[in-house]
Amino acid sequence: MITTTGLTKVYRTRGREVTALDGVDLHVREGEVYGVIGQSGAGKSSLIRCVNLLERPTAGTVTVAGQDLTALAGRGPRAGKELRRARSRIGMVFQHFNLLSSRTVKDNVELPLEILGTSGKERSRKALELLDLVGLAEKAGAYPAQLSGGQKQRVGIARALAGDPKVLLSDEATSALDPETTRSILHLLRDLNRQLGLTVLLITHEMDVVKSICDSAALMDRGRIVESGTVSEILATPGSELAAALFPVGGEASGSDRTVLDVTFHGEAATQPVVSQLSRTYNIDISILGAAIDTVGGLQIGRMRIELPGRYEDNVVPIGFLREQGLQIDVVGRPAGPAEESALVKDGAK
Amino acid sequence: MTWSDWSEMQPLLSQACWDTLYMVGWSTLIAVVGGLPLGVLLVLTDRGGLLQNVIANRVIGQIVNIARSMPFIILMVALMGFTRWITGTTIGREAAIVPLAIGAIPFFARLVETAVREVDDGLVEAVQSMGGNTWTIVRKVLVPESLPSLISSTTTTIVALIGYSAMAGTVGAGGLGDIAIRYGYQRFETQLMWITVGVLAVVISVIQFAGDYAARALHRRGGRSGPAPRLRLLKTSTPTGKAG
Repeated sequence: MITTTGLTKVYRTRGREVTALDGVDLHVREGEVYGVIGQSGAGKSSLIRCVNLLERPTAGTVTVAGQDLTALAGRGPRAGKELRRARSRIGMVFQHFNLLSSRTVKDNVELPLEILGTSGKERSRKALELLDLVGLAEKAGAYPAQLSGGQKQRVGIARALAGDPKVLLSDEATSALDPETTRSILHLLRDLNRQLGLTVLLITHEMDVVKSICDSAALMDRGRIVESGTVSEILATPGSELAAALFPVGGEASGSDRTVLDVTFHGEAATQPVVSQLSRTYNIDISILGAAIDTVGGLQIGRMRIELPGRYEDNVVPIGFLREQGLQIDVVGRPAGPAEESALVKDGAK
Repeated sequence: MTWSDWSEMQPLLSQACWDTLYMVGWSTLIAVVGGLPLGVLLVLTDRGGLLQNVIANRVIGQIVNIARSMPFIILMVALMGFTRWITGTTIGREAAIVPLAIGAIPFFARLVETAVREVDDGLVEAVQSMGGNTWTIVRKVLVPESLPSLISSTTTTIVALIGYSAMAGTVGAGGLGDIAIRYGYQRFETQLMWITVGVLAVVISVIQFAGDYAARALHRRGGRSGPAPRLRLLKTSTPTGKAG
């Protein structure tokens, strides 16, 4: 639905050049929620602004819903008619809501429709329908200043949906909200994604956002995408920075004759009570050192760090058992080089 | 002739009052119509603006600066040819409106510029993301969002124009300031001078109060508390104190 290829953005200020985006290839599938995460200055903001060409990329292309926006942009600094029409089909929500304080909630939602030239009656009907959808029907006549942060963002979302977009861009939409409100806004985005088949591209610096609603994610660092994929793909990638950040587990071995394992759950295996099965089958005591498990899209997903008694050599069989269950096992404290890995697999197979 | 008799003063004062309001009213209207687009243009053409055009910005900025640096009385004289071309005369109330308006346009334009610059860039970005063009942004964002400030700016302009209008007396336009200068200052009719100054103070207070009230009513709708009215009354009245 959204594809960028070789997207590059260089800011020039007084002879100095700052590369905000350095050849970003992004692919967001139709109907998914895609999260781009990174620290401030990583280029997330530039990326999302390049998608609807609020920022002109220095190089590269942006395609949204099969339409090459970079080709529509033309040469001039101002957005032509074609590009403006394309933008009206991409909704955008902002960190600071960006509602017009001089307009009521309803008039704010009507604004995109005014731009599209919709008739007054139709505008009014649509605005009320959207406010109802985001649960703010009774606030239609209020001014933004009379609303809480969460309500303002709901208005922002209703406004973004006014032009019946297929794509919603969310620029740190929950970063100015408290955790409780963040959850309800994310919930709303998730619902809209499911009900309307809306493709959502969001940028955030909060891991929780990615964890709670994203189907896919990408990690950005210094203008590049360092890792990307569906959440379970990322989780399955050994040594993934993003996986470690999404599902952080800690805990040290309690003695030298202990084996510490990182167990990664994704997919079917996660529904099985593997730890107690392991304990019963091999009659060993297992301690859980740390765990980060979430239910994403109805599947349990996450990581757990467990400790088994005995050295690694003594635990080859239980490790093999876990692997047979379809779990990904990383032995902590043993560098998982290719040779090592294959040795483990062989041992496990015995 | 003594001026202690109110029945003699009264028609003189009411005529002067009417003259002042007539001149200031028309010149304010023209200043707003001319200054608003100019001020918006100053913001739009600035570096990083929607219609970035450094040369146009410099040219407009310089014209505004030159017009503002000219003392009003000089401007009035300098514009005499233009005034005659427009109104057919260089004396009287109508003739005074031309230099008053032209003096106030750049003044108001600068105030508009400041007010419009205060509008959050995020709002502009939001409307761009909806597919709005520059004209839509000006009409639906920049002007409505800065309306409380624009009303305050208009109030300030009216008060400044009342000050300028005192000098319009030199072209026979009449007005309150003219009475204060001619009767009070030049003929030592101290009593009349003070009454005139008093009337001016009342007129200015009423205008300032009305302006502040309107600006604050709009602000309150936006939920932000308006600026302290007392402080602004003091600040904006200063130029008239000098002129009257």
